[in-house]
Amino acid sequence: MNPSLNLWVIPILLLGGAAINGFLGKRASRSGVTTVALLSSGAAFAWALSVAMRFSSLSLPYHEFFAHWIRISGFSADFTFYLDQLSLVMLLVVTGVGFLIHIYSVGYMWDDPGYYRFFSYLNLFMFFMLTLVLAGNYLLMFIGWEGVGLASYLLIGFWFTKDSAASAGKKAFIVNRIGDFGFLIALFLLIKHFGSLNFDPVFSAVAPLRSETAGAGLLTAIGLLLMMGACGKSAQIPLYVWLPDAMEGPTPVSALIHAATMVTAGVYMVARSHVIFERAPTALTVVAIIGTLTAFFAATIGIAQTDIKKVLAYSTISQLGYMFMACGVGAFSAGIFHLMTHAFFKGLLFLAAGSVIHAVGGEQDMRKMGGLKSFIPWTFLTMGIATLAIAGIPPLAGFWSKDEILWKAYQVSAVYWAIGLITAFITSFYMFRLLYMTFFGDYRGAPVGGHGSHGHDAHGHGNPHESPKVMLAPLMILAVLSLVGGLVGWGNHFEHFLAPVFGALEPAVETASSSTEYLLMGISVLIAFAGWGLAYLLYYARPELPQKIADALGDFYKAVVHKYYIDELYAAVFVKPLIDGSTRILWQDVDRKIIDAAVNDAGDGARHVSDEVRQMQSGNIRSYAGWIAAGSAVVIAFMIWMWVEGR
Amino acid sequence: MVPSYVPLSYYLLLSGFLFACGVVGFLIKRNIISIFMSIELMLNGVNLSFVAFAAHWHALAGQVFVFFVMVVAAAEAAVGLAIIISVYRTRETLNVDQVNLLKL
Amino acid sequence: MHLILFLAFGAVCVGGAVNLLAQRHPINSALSLIAVMAALAGEYLLLGAEFVAAVQVIVYAGAIMVLFVFVIMLLNAGEEEHTSGSRVALLLGVPGILSGSVLMAWVVLRESTTESVAIGALPGPPTDIAQLLFHDFLLPFEVTSVLILIAIMGAVVLASAPEASAGKAN
Repeated sequence: MNPSLNLWVIPILLLGGAAINGFLGKRASRSGVTTVALLSSGAAFAWALSVAMRFSSLSLPYHEFFAHWIRISGFSADFTFYLDQLSLVMLLVVTGVGFLIHIYSVGYMWDDPGYYRFFSYLNLFMFFMLTLVLAGNYLLMFIGWEGVGLASYLLIGFWFTKDSAASAGKKAFIVNRIGDFGFLIALFLLIKHFGSLNFDPVFSAVAPLRSETAGAGLLTAIGLLLMMGACGKSAQIPLYVWLPDAMEGPTPVSALIHAATMVTAGVYMVARSHVIFERAPTALTVVAIIGTLTAFFAATIGIAQTDIKKVLAYSTISQLGYMFMACGVGAFSAGIFHLMTHAFFKGLLFLAAGSVIHAVGGEQDMRKMGGLKSFIPWTFLTMGIATLAIAGIPPLAGFWSKDEILWKAYQVSAVYWAIGLITAFITSFYMFRLLYMTFFGDYRGAPVGGHGSHGHDAHGHGNPHESPKVMLAPLMILAVLSLVGGLVGWGNHFEHFLAPVFGALEPAVETASSSTEYLLMGISVLIAFAGWGLAYLLYYARPELPQKIADALGDFYKAVVHKYYIDELYAAVFVKPLIDGSTRILWQDVDRKIIDAAVNDAGDGARHVSDEVRQMQSGNIRSYAGWIAAGSAVVIAFMIWMWVEGR
Repeated sequence: MVPSYVPLSYYLLLSGFLFACGVVGFLIKRNIISIFMSIELMLNGVNLSFVAFAAHWHALAGQVFVFFVMVVAAAEAAVGLAIIISVYRTRETLNVDQVNLLKL
Repeated sequence: MHLILFLAFGAVCVGGAVNLLAQRHPINSALSLIAVMAALAGEYLLLGAEFVAAVQVIVYAGAIMVLFVFVIMLLNAGEEEHTSGSRVALLLGVPGILSGSVLMAWVVLRESTTESVAIGALPGPPTDIAQLLFHDFLLPFEVTSVLILIAIMGAVVLASAPEASAGKAN
């Protein structure tokens, strides 16, 4: 029997921080709000670390019961927490990166009037994310799932007075909900066929089932529906459209939610449900195909973007595609490994981008940047480390995880591997493009001091300036993690760590020898350098070339710049008919003509009836007496009739 | 030989007739005081009915009830006539059809 | 004998009631009502309710009707005018009550067997009534005394002079 770890403290600490800041923060001082926010997230991280230290002495999986919830005949779901290796990894990533981003936000959001609101929402998000990660059943996970969607909406639309920000928040929430519909149906199917949503009962009920190789069946349906939910939350095709718009939010939000944690919830959920997916090969293939396609597709869009945050957004979508590709070929631990390293370097990239934006006074267009490496050297250094990591250059973190995925994908199908390799090339290319455009060459921007797009920079110096230490310290820490974080993959340590969770059903069928593995490793390193080289060529050595290439490609290039017009397509096919239908049919016909008319007619009817009836009140006493006499005659007659009937 | 017993139903019929006359008087008459007197007639009819039943079942409580009815009738007559007087003062008429301001 | 007396008094009652309806001047109606009450006192005697008969004559005919006559004289009520009455009262009320009465009569006649009331059937001297009144019905008795007190006060207030009552009302 395990000693109680009191896991519930971790989310509750953050909920408490959110509540205190939310209700009392408006009248509190900045330092008060900061203390509460950092204390709650720091304490949560410390608790998570203490859990990690005691981890080896636990017998897993560890269950913790918090409170009763639903207990009806045939079905019960309680507030239970669940800890195994997978949850531990997620827990540490979420609390650790979350804490660092809290520290960063102190500096980034210092001048914002909604300071207290920001930290309240941020803590709220962490609370829901931790609920999701630590949940012991699908229902509690779903609460966390929805909650992070809510927090995402609140934080994307943080500057809600801006139309684009409010719309982006709405778009994120609505697109997420479409995915959640699939998730819910999957939950219903689980309840119907397995009678429970708790992890252990469901997975032990699924485990003895045969694999559905002959096409579709119950498990395939569940798997596909769960994937639909994951597509919404983790921005895969076709529900990825909200993520680029979500860049309207403050940069720490983009770092925390849309890079490191919330978007990875889909990957976590798929990994957690691996028992189901492994017995539904069709669903698993769909996952892999969606992941691979998304990775490639998003990377191609990223090449042509000029907003620094949009490049990173599409990069996130692409890297998430890698994680799903990994899950889709059965290499769940590789997917989680990439999730972890991605949290480090993508979080770092976003935070550094925020630092860049802060330095140039709010400008986000890379064409107006350049030559910043002499002005903001520390940011340049950390961003450079992160770029090396994401490009997959050894021995940084990204190399280990991405390579693991490509290796496992190769064992299932060379097609996945080839597309993944091309995507890696494109990734390396656009990331170094970002680096060169931002930090090298001449500074093409306006003198710093004007109002930025979020208007928080009011220094008014002439030159871009470095960020304060409170923003730089998290950058440093994440840079270190990006440097060494991948080493846990050396010798398959990470995979062995997660083996008790994912079991032996990973493609342990090593159809190729380790020499092939080294060969493939070498190829991917070469590809990464090739991307670097191309970026160097186009954006440093011969900066006039990109424009010529763009002109040569003409309309195709324009399509890429406009994100293949997908948003316009969705608007025309889904949004416009809905709005038109609502206006013409639901509003004018149903609401006005039927419902309003019914209510009005009821009122008019009552009035007409009362007009008739009130004439009885004539003020004439004798008529009153007449009515009384007539009424009493009726009553007498009735009583006599009853009496006669009774005889 | 004339029977010396009167059936109970005769008393009840008489009482009912008096009551009906009272109601019809209430409906027909236009003078407020006449209406009041019709009310008294109704009460008298009811009293007769009470006493008849009391005699039939040899229960003295019926008489006591008649006593109370008379007391209440007296009180009601006093107050009612006072009201009539004050209405006459304001409206200058004893015609009940002209006291009809309380209407919708 | 009992029947003859009953019929005699009954005829007076009926005649008085009909006359009350027929007369136009309220004073005539009042006198008819006095006749009815006197005849009813006779009926009570036939039933053996001496106490009630006495109270009927003293209180009802002797006090209440006197009050009525006083008011008629005070207000100088004249003959009834012909105003348009209420159609409802005439068309609905009168037929209504008449039919109700007919129904009741029908029921009574159906139910009557040979039950009859002996002459002087009610037992006991007034002491028995006093026993009931002051033991079993003491509370109603006291309540009615309060009621009369309130009625007196109300009547005094309502009927007082207009200037004074208007002054009090305003």
